[in-house]
Amino acid sequence: MATTVTPPQTPAVLDAPLRIAGREFRSRLMVGTGKYADADQMGRAIEASGAEVVTVAVRRVDLDRGNEAGILHHLDPTRLFLLANTAGCYTATDAVRTARLARAAGFNDWVKLEVIADEATLLPDPVGVVEATRTLAAEGFRVMAYTNDDLITALRLEDAGAVAVMPLASPIGSGLGLLNPYSIRTIKHRLGVPVIVDAGVGTASDACITMEQGVDGVLMNTGIAAAQDPVRMAAAMRAAVDAGRLAYLAGRMPRREVAVPSSPTTGLVEPTWT
Amino acid sequence: MMPVDAGEGTLSITVNGAPRTTPAGASLDDLLRTLGLDPRLIVVEHNGAILRDRASFAARPVADGDVLELVHFVGGG
Repeated sequence: MATTVTPPQTPAVLDAPLRIAGREFRSRLMVGTGKYADADQMGRAIEASGAEVVTVAVRRVDLDRGNEAGILHHLDPTRLFLLANTAGCYTATDAVRTARLARAAGFNDWVKLEVIADEATLLPDPVGVVEATRTLAAEGFRVMAYTNDDLITALRLEDAGAVAVMPLASPIGSGLGLLNPYSIRTIKHRLGVPVIVDAGVGTASDACITMEQGVDGVLMNTGIAAAQDPVRMAAAMRAAVDAGRLAYLAGRMPRREVAVPSSPTTGLVEPTWT
Repeated sequence: MMPVDAGEGTLSITVNGAPRTTPAGASLDDLLRTLGLDPRLIVVEHNGAILRDRASFAARPVADGDVLELVHFVGGG
């Protein structure tokens, strides 16, 4: 096994921890567990990412393979926070059922709620996700709701009881990066609950630009797992999320369309004439 | 779905959408072990009811015609 890579953490004095529904998380980067070449690579990538929250999917046991395909052999639930998703659900009813199945696994009552509307784009169903959020929140679930970069849906999700709203940067698995920074900023400004951008981040600069909008965190899977070297990319994403967060907190300089010299304009040496 | 000819002392059940047989008198725990599954790593939906207490599996009988969904966590985003 190759050595693990663990880049340094952001000093606590520079940023407060992420808090969702009263729970503190040690990283603003959340990662998925799909699409890795093998479990060893996944484990090293998660380690390098510094993520605490890792997502998992709920699927039928393949009776020919038994528990073998299950991911719990490879994740330590004492060190990682397992966040089950409802990926693959196309109706609120299916998503609610999947969330209930996930909760029965006994780890926690959180769910990354997805209700997908379209197979080609995997774009979410705003009506279905609001409906499922309301149902699950009433059952005591902590719902983190995957949604479009649409302010009104985000507001409806908060109203329905979501503990965090997860607008997309761009479609799932697309790697197109943050397509609408304005929408994401608007959602962040208007919501009281944390905003975690989920899906579409393709490389470190995408993660950094996303965090610079002021959102509370980023969730990604393919951007790391489909990189040529997922472990290095996980470390890059971790650094990028920290960099973007700190840059947001620091407050960038104003953009100017003219140059302003950085060096003094007085005290110049006498020009040399030839 | 193909009908299963359940013989004497055998139950016809549906597991994850496919027909199977199991000996009469088997508990849910027996069935899972026969399938080679570790009950701690899976979640069971039995005739539409999600079971949240794994300790109850040994005392839970499986009956003819029962429908079971056995799920677990896999990699996902």
